[in-house]
Amino acid sequence: MDELWRGFTQGIGLLVSLDPEVMEVAGRSLLISLSATIIASLVAVPLAAVIHLNSFPGKRAIITVTQALFSVPTVVVGLFVFVLFSSAGPLGGLNLIFTPTLMVIGQALLIAPLILGLAISALSGVDRAYVDTARSLGAGGLQVAGVILREARFAVVAAVIMGFGRAVSEVGLAIMIGGNIKGFTRVITTAISLETSKGELELAIALGIILLIIALVINIGLSRVQQRA
Amino acid sequence: MLKLENIGHFYGNRQVLKNINLEVARGELFGLIGPTGAGKTTLLRIIDLLETPASGVMYFDGAKVAATGRGRLDIRRRMAFVLQKPVVFNASVYDNIAVGLRWRRQSRSRISQTVEPLLEVTGLKALKDKNARTLSGGEAQRVAIARAVAVSPELLLLDEPTANLDPVSTLRIEEMIADIYRRYRTTIIMTTHDLAQGRRLAGRIGVLVNGEMVQAGKAEAVFSMPHNRQVAEFVGTENIVPGVVASREGELAVVDLGGTLIEAVSDYGVGGEVYALIRPEEVMLAKQRGTSSARNWLVGVITGVDMAAMPARVNVDCGFPLVALVTRASLEEMGLKPGQPVYAGFKATGVHIIERPG
Repeated sequence: MDELWRGFTQGIGLLVSLDPEVMEVAGRSLLISLSATIIASLVAVPLAAVIHLNSFPGKRAIITVTQALFSVPTVVVGLFVFVLFSSAGPLGGLNLIFTPTLMVIGQALLIAPLILGLAISALSGVDRAYVDTARSLGAGGLQVAGVILREARFAVVAAVIMGFGRAVSEVGLAIMIGGNIKGFTRVITTAISLETSKGELELAIALGIILLIIALVINIGLSRVQQRA
Repeated sequence: MLKLENIGHFYGNRQVLKNINLEVARGELFGLIGPTGAGKTTLLRIIDLLETPASGVMYFDGAKVAATGRGRLDIRRRMAFVLQKPVVFNASVYDNIAVGLRWRRQSRSRISQTVEPLLEVTGLKALKDKNARTLSGGEAQRVAIARAVAVSPELLLLDEPTANLDPVSTLRIEEMIADIYRRYRTTIIMTTHDLAQGRRLAGRIGVLVNGEMVQAGKAEAVFSMPHNRQVAEFVGTENIVPGVVASREGELAVVDLGGTLIEAVSDYGVGGEVYALIRPEEVMLAKQRGTSSARNWLVGVITGVDMAAMPARVNVDCGFPLVALVTRASLEEMGLKPGQPVYAGFKATGVHIIERPG
């Protein structure tokens, strides 16, 4: 109990003193997960509009598979990316394994289905009459997509925030394809995991608090956005 | 301007439109009337190319409209469609009205030249900068109509433009439609389930019942001479009496309505099974047999008087039930009350005879 308490107070101390190692790991976490979220959103949100606005065979199946991927274990995505990018893999020549770049790619792959699926349901929530009104006033395909994305913007932003939340809090993928290399690919979750196993609780707790604060901020932001949606 | 040939459409297994043939000329205000669920909205959606019909061909301005492809957007941009339930975008009234022009990539000054006068015409000038979401139903409908008119459509489609509006807003929208029609000479197709509105606004009317265009023609003709019982019931002909043509002399037929003989102008042959349609407003009531030119005077007994209706409705039993509309003044003057005997008179031309399918 004593040890826990000491860890907690020292952790707070590291936070308050803006310990360089803590800040560096936290900054890298945010940078990697934000990049992954932006990339995933740039692909998933327009794709959601395309899927929502068009009818084609297999549409229902695509949506079902997308929703099933919401809860895909991060280690499975990690394994998939590892196999692809390891030196023996088909994309091994790119030499991306154990780099922040690959962590961004991996996290983007992990959360893209989540953002896609949630964005599709966000767009489905927009009254069909908006689409009809826009088309009847002469809107082309892109303009119609613009109209419904605008109408559903709060719910779409909520989808993006959810994606970021999943990216920043996952650990399996970051360890498998990042390698947890100090000063290079070590992020909050992998650092916590390592420091805890080493018994260095103060650093783990400091990082844990940061992660909790991020989660809290995300949730406050999410509920604000959802209230407006 | 617009020609539809054998348009048919299904929702699932349900056939919502059957063999619709329709031609609307440039500059015409065509009213599409029919009960709720008759297929009016579906027909407008097909005309606006929001849906592709299961069968049939559509011609716009003489050219056949393809079922798919980029050309549909070009044709759709020559029309505008105001949906029954107007949706306004989360933007100012001005921006809402301008949206179609922006999508056509028109210049800012051009947009202003179009939108400003429209704000005047539609009485929305004072609301110009307000968020359209905060408007009342009637105001939102005005924005929706102004937004459609702003793109200078060659064909304007209005779906039940006054449904769900209060009487004052309804009147205002009707005036606005009439004004837009006069001002811009836009070809308009408008649906309504309000017969009187169709009659007031439209030059020609089509009656859509259960997905079929059962009658189309001049508004007055549709109302006074419905083709069949369905149309007659829908256009508010209350006196639909089954009978048989007993004899005829030239244009004039004597029809036996269950023992009561009336004269009517008709070309059905003797023995023909028919319905006699007698419009309530054509029926005169008198205490003595009238001296007017009416050829038919029937003796009856008043069975009911509805003073609340305007004009008052009087039910008379003259061998068959007959409804007459009488002004309240003459009702009071004659002192008509249930149980009293009365003469009901109507002209031979006031009766419209239609076939009664066996």
